[in-house]
Amino acid sequence: MKLILLPEPEEPIPSLSVSHNQGLLQWISSVDHKQIGIMYLWLSVIFLVAGGIEILLVRWQLAVPNNHFLNPEVFNQLFTMHGTTMIFFVAMPAIFGFNTYLVPLMIGANDMAYPRLNAFSFWMTFFGGFLLYFSFLAGGAPDAGWFNYAPLNEYNYSSSPGIDYYCSGLLLSGIGTVTASANFVVTILKYRVNSMSLKQMPLFVWMMLINSFLILAAFPSLNAALVMLLLDRQLHAHFFSAAGGGSAILWQHLFWLFGHPEVYIVILPIFGIFSEVFPVYSRKPIFGYAFIIGSGMAIALLAFGVWVHHMFATGLGNTVNNFFAASSMLIGIPTGVKIFNWLATMHGGAIRFKVSMMFAIAFLIEFTIGGLSGISAALVPIDWQLTDTYYVVAHIHYVFIGGTLFGLFSGLFYWFPKISGRMLDEKLGKWFFWLFVIGFNTCFLVQHALGAMGMARRVYSYPDLPGWGILNLISTVGGFIMAIAVGLLVYIIIKALKTGEKALRDPWDANTLEWTTSSPPELKNFDHVIPVNGARPFRDFKRPDDADWKKNGQQWKIN
Amino acid sequence: MIKLIVGTEAMFFLALIMAFVYFSFSPGFRSHQLLNLDIKATGVFSILLFSSSFTFWRAEINYHQGKIKQLRFWLLFTIVLGGIFLLGQGREYISLLNNNVNLSSSIFGTSFFTLTGFHGLHVFVGLIVIAIITALAFAGDYNKPGSSVIDSVGIYWHFVDIVWLFVFTIVYVVPHL
Repeated sequence: MKLILLPEPEEPIPSLSVSHNQGLLQWISSVDHKQIGIMYLWLSVIFLVAGGIEILLVRWQLAVPNNHFLNPEVFNQLFTMHGTTMIFFVAMPAIFGFNTYLVPLMIGANDMAYPRLNAFSFWMTFFGGFLLYFSFLAGGAPDAGWFNYAPLNEYNYSSSPGIDYYCSGLLLSGIGTVTASANFVVTILKYRVNSMSLKQMPLFVWMMLINSFLILAAFPSLNAALVMLLLDRQLHAHFFSAAGGGSAILWQHLFWLFGHPEVYIVILPIFGIFSEVFPVYSRKPIFGYAFIIGSGMAIALLAFGVWVHHMFATGLGNTVNNFFAASSMLIGIPTGVKIFNWLATMHGGAIRFKVSMMFAIAFLIEFTIGGLSGISAALVPIDWQLTDTYYVVAHIHYVFIGGTLFGLFSGLFYWFPKISGRMLDEKLGKWFFWLFVIGFNTCFLVQHALGAMGMARRVYSYPDLPGWGILNLISTVGGFIMAIAVGLLVYIIIKALKTGEKALRDPWDANTLEWTTSSPPELKNFDHVIPVNGARPFRDFKRPDDADWKKNGQQWKIN
Repeated sequence: MIKLIVGTEAMFFLALIMAFVYFSFSPGFRSHQLLNLDIKATGVFSILLFSSSFTFWRAEINYHQGKIKQLRFWLLFTIVLGGIFLLGQGREYISLLNNNVNLSSSIFGTSFFTLTGFHGLHVFVGLIVIAIITALAFAGDYNKPGSSVIDSVGIYWHFVDIVWLFVFTIVYVVPHL
């Protein structure tokens, strides 16, 4: 591989470290991948709180039958903003935060390939998010659900400017997401330290590489749909209005052609996080390195062939429905492969039950529940029965929270010492873990039953039918337990930042290059990088007698 | 990098083209196309746009051979051809608007103006970028070979032309078949 010069500042940028003499300006003007990564993470925390408050209000409204705490219009705005916020401005920025921070460190680079483009991507996401929230002040937030179906999204049905803000906010952040992904691909392919081949890349980096291609292919479909909708609403075009010769179903096709890959976009990097976390806390190499990569690619390809399973109820015909039911079940296979990879990684390992690992283990269970409810909803007759009920709400939250959010928490407890230089309190962390897991299951497990009993989602109130009141009350209590847990997490983070124990260079005895730097890393990540001869370079460096590359591939076997 | 951007742009145009094709099956759409679109005039302008891909390719070749004067000439030629194409598109838009065909008049207007408009926007952006590198070429920034800028812009410019090949075929040629 040819030698490539790393982009690095000639002089240190003013005060990355202790002296914040330029304060906010220094953060705003930063092109350093670590600072931008941290800003992404804080952005997602801000929006997590916002999206959380919105849904707490919704759950409060739903706590008892025939409630009038919220009126229907406000209710619609709140659940729409909750979904949109959590997916586009919590999950995405958190994933991009970890990636922006860690990808260069894990491949031995000093920054991203295009540092200024990196800053541009972040600020597009930032302003996209705040533009979306500005709609509250501008006359009403979007109110047609996060997938914003036509014709509800048309001017005749939603005349407040909310949906215009939805379009422009998501367009801005979408552009940021696409540019960031292109940046990741170039960084990963061109800026690895010379001795690291593709087959030695950490799985987290591999998943982000696959994910970036997925984003590049999926987001244009959303952007095109948003542009068409803006034209409809602002210039009276007719894309989605049947009255003018347009087609409401076209919106669903375009949205889900993006939307289904999107759910893999927010889970593939999480698979990457777990593929780092499981081996480190199990004291074993990952089981089936190549299979994790291969199944990741399979997921990325199949992701484009399943979108119609969101549209079974629209009457596209049996042939279409059966094809997409089959493809949807097919995509469960590579995901199942990964679950077995992680189980086999734990098998026979010396497991350390740190908070990060506990979230990883809980993920295996919760995500499997979400996977099973997903597979059941892929069966067309069951889908017809359950579509638009709380069963689907339960499913999406088991995969988004039990999958994505648990992965983000796991990654947070794993990498926080590296990012901040402080240790998180493990004892309080375990309180947080149990509170959150209990709250989460209390909130969503009962929703499967509510859905099966026929409770429709997105309706602001419900009649006092047998069992509905108590199940909804349980769900609301669970929601508030989760809120308390998130409050505790914020306290844990602030406590750690102020008085936390100083983190060592390598507190978890980890395997990958980011742990060879100081905690937190210097402005210039690496002066030199340790030799990379396998997928666990730092472990090889720490235990030269027991290095992976001396063992002729034996590390792929169990035990 | 530019290949990734072009790839993601291709997906964007794919979505717009699919929407156009989807609507083109609706009743009355084809007669709109036959009635309102002047395939001959637009065909001539299309040939000019395709030629601009050729001229840009000549610019790339001459740059790699270090022939700076030829580079500048071919870049200018490309801008002229691209500019004429845009003027042709503007001319067609004006005549359509005068016949009361616009974004809101019918589903034909909606999908036609969106698809060709986004392509025109990409041509316009390409012209700005080429104008910048032409100015840099005159300023002497490309006197030595070895920069990848001109090749990268070339990938974008050829891509815009290829998109037009599809758009022209689907929007102008197919209704005559």
